[in-house]
Amino acid sequence: MARQVLAVEALSKRYRLGVIGTGTLHDDFERWWAALRGRPDPTAKIGDEGRIRADGTVWALRDINFTVDEGTTLGIVGANGAGKSTLLKILSRVTAPSGGCVKLKGRVASLLEIGTGFHAELTGRDNVFLNGTILGMRKEEVARKFDEIVAFADVGAYIDTPVKRYSSGMYVRLAFAVAAHLDPDILIVDEVLAVGDINFQKKCLGKMAELTSSQQRTVLFVSHNMASIKALCGRAVLLDGGRLVADGPVDDVVQLYIAGNRPPASGVIDPDRPVVGTGEARLASVALLDRDGAAISEVLFAQPFTVAFDFDVTSPIPDAVFEVDISTPDGTYVATSLSTDKLAAPATLQPGRHRAHLDLDVTLLPDHYSIDLGIHHTGAPWTIDFARRTLDFHALNVAKSGADRYPYETRRGFIRPEGRWTIS
Amino acid sequence: MTPIDDTWTTVLRPQSRRLDFRLGELWRYRDLVGLLIRRDFVATYKQTILGPIWFLIQPLVTTLTFVVIFGNIAAMPTDGQPQVLFYMLGTVVWSYFATCFVQTSNTFVANAGLFGKVYFPRLVVPVATVMSNLLTLAIQFAQFVAIALLFSSTTARPSPNAWLALLPLLILLMAGLGLGLGLAISSLTTRYRDLQYAVAFGTPLLMYVTPVIYPLSSVPERFRWVVVLNPMTPVVEAFRYACLGSGTVSAGHLAYAATATVVSLIVGIALFNRTERNFMDTV
Repeated sequence: MARQVLAVEALSKRYRLGVIGTGTLHDDFERWWAALRGRPDPTAKIGDEGRIRADGTVWALRDINFTVDEGTTLGIVGANGAGKSTLLKILSRVTAPSGGCVKLKGRVASLLEIGTGFHAELTGRDNVFLNGTILGMRKEEVARKFDEIVAFADVGAYIDTPVKRYSSGMYVRLAFAVAAHLDPDILIVDEVLAVGDINFQKKCLGKMAELTSSQQRTVLFVSHNMASIKALCGRAVLLDGGRLVADGPVDDVVQLYIAGNRPPASGVIDPDRPVVGTGEARLASVALLDRDGAAISEVLFAQPFTVAFDFDVTSPIPDAVFEVDISTPDGTYVATSLSTDKLAAPATLQPGRHRAHLDLDVTLLPDHYSIDLGIHHTGAPWTIDFARRTLDFHALNVAKSGADRYPYETRRGFIRPEGRWTIS
Repeated sequence: MTPIDDTWTTVLRPQSRRLDFRLGELWRYRDLVGLLIRRDFVATYKQTILGPIWFLIQPLVTTLTFVVIFGNIAAMPTDGQPQVLFYMLGTVVWSYFATCFVQTSNTFVANAGLFGKVYFPRLVVPVATVMSNLLTLAIQFAQFVAIALLFSSTTARPSPNAWLALLPLLILLMAGLGLGLGLAISSLTTRYRDLQYAVAFGTPLLMYVTPVIYPLSSVPERFRWVVVLNPMTPVVEAFRYACLGSGTVSAGHLAYAATATVVSLIVGIALFNRTERNFMDTV
């Protein structure tokens, strides 16, 4: 029978809004003065219907309840600001709850960041010991696992070199290796896998899967990448606005999250989205067109289509590069096209409204897809503007000619490449 | 069905018992204390030409400055001791306390990045700070002893005595005092940043109400209570008395310093443990 190792009960967390340090002395003084005269606390809460309250505090988490059994990998999903990070911070004891409680069994290790406490001047060896003890291991425990850690990190001969001389890849590998060998009963991981190359990411995911399956460890995993959530977790919880809105099998929860996240069909790109680049140009709208210029929301099998997007330039850009990405709604990238592909020159842009057209000849296998757009410089600081999931569309298994289509139920990959067969 | 059992190892709640010092937890992380000390020592003088020699240069230059300014220009008394020894002992002892206090009082702000990502008993960091400064103190004190030996054949030679046995206790008092006061300040600093500047500015001034550049015996009677009120005063005077054979110290003074140390430690740790739970929300 499965044993509960984590229980979250009516957990809440409240943050004070606003700039740190302003008014706190004043507030404290007012509170003290009011208390002295026997008046109610003037800074206390007033109403709490909304998330932001009259006293300038905000509920980052509100009445969260869930339990986790031994050997489970629980995915935590939600949009930015939904409270995922706050939940992880409380679980990993970086900050305390404002209400409710969390009960834990066994040793908890959290990987909110990789390489915490690494010191650039120390050698890899010293840092393994330092980092290991920061994460809660005893020195002899690190010594016992040292060879294994170094082998996993694959830094070999560089172990006695100061880590400031490491490549970023080596640094991350060593840092993850220490954490992976912590042997915790509960491991909390926050998107650290976003770093490192594909092979190493696979190794990390493999290590995490091994922890849960063969050693009955419990893993809590936060990611924006629905593909890795689905690959790793059996169950997921969905947070929205600080509340837990769904808890169940991972496929259902991810589906719910994606469904609640559909971009508007109009193709207008949210003008209030946060600026992610230098901002001399802002993406305004996007449309999917057939080759005759008519707007479409579905692409027929092997039908050529066009991605057209409008953007506003506020100051001249001498070196603009455009990017169109096709991805699946769970975040897996399928294809990328840059306006400088095949050594084409970057564009020179004057202020005003512009439109970019990309004619694509790509045969997408039947599925839902989504388009990301980007405008960049040819060098640092690179990004001018970038928008994710600007438009969703469906690639159908129906061809115009009626004859050419994808014949199987299982789909392997996302694209049918152009090729020429020769059989002899 | 999941069996319900009550064998939770950790329960996280909004309020904690205020006077729970959780020293057992600190003990479990003793390896981390050791590694942090090592890190401090290795990293401090990396990429400097003189390296650890800086440990020796600092008190030497300070002493010479004091000899010139306070000893010769201001012609302040030194209880009949050679000026070099008098100032050097004062500055070595004082700088241990001052460094402990200043560095500890900066704990939360200086380690925000680390504290925000991983849990371990935060007390580990200031304890390691105080202990790694002990190493500096040992090196500088050895230097003082070496120089004192040069004076052993002169007429004004120092007369070390049985009080030397008290040195470990005196060092413990300084460490505890620096740690306790530093912890209290570091907790308040997370709310009121002004304190950071007050400490940086005030600590050097505090030296002047401690008998570092003058002996307690030379302080006029009507001001003496101010200096005696400073718990570092009996520590510095006792150090001098033990090593050089001159100074004004009594068991009462030392008992006062010990009391101040214990009180500041209790208050400091209590404040620190309260702050550690939520400070990430305010930094």
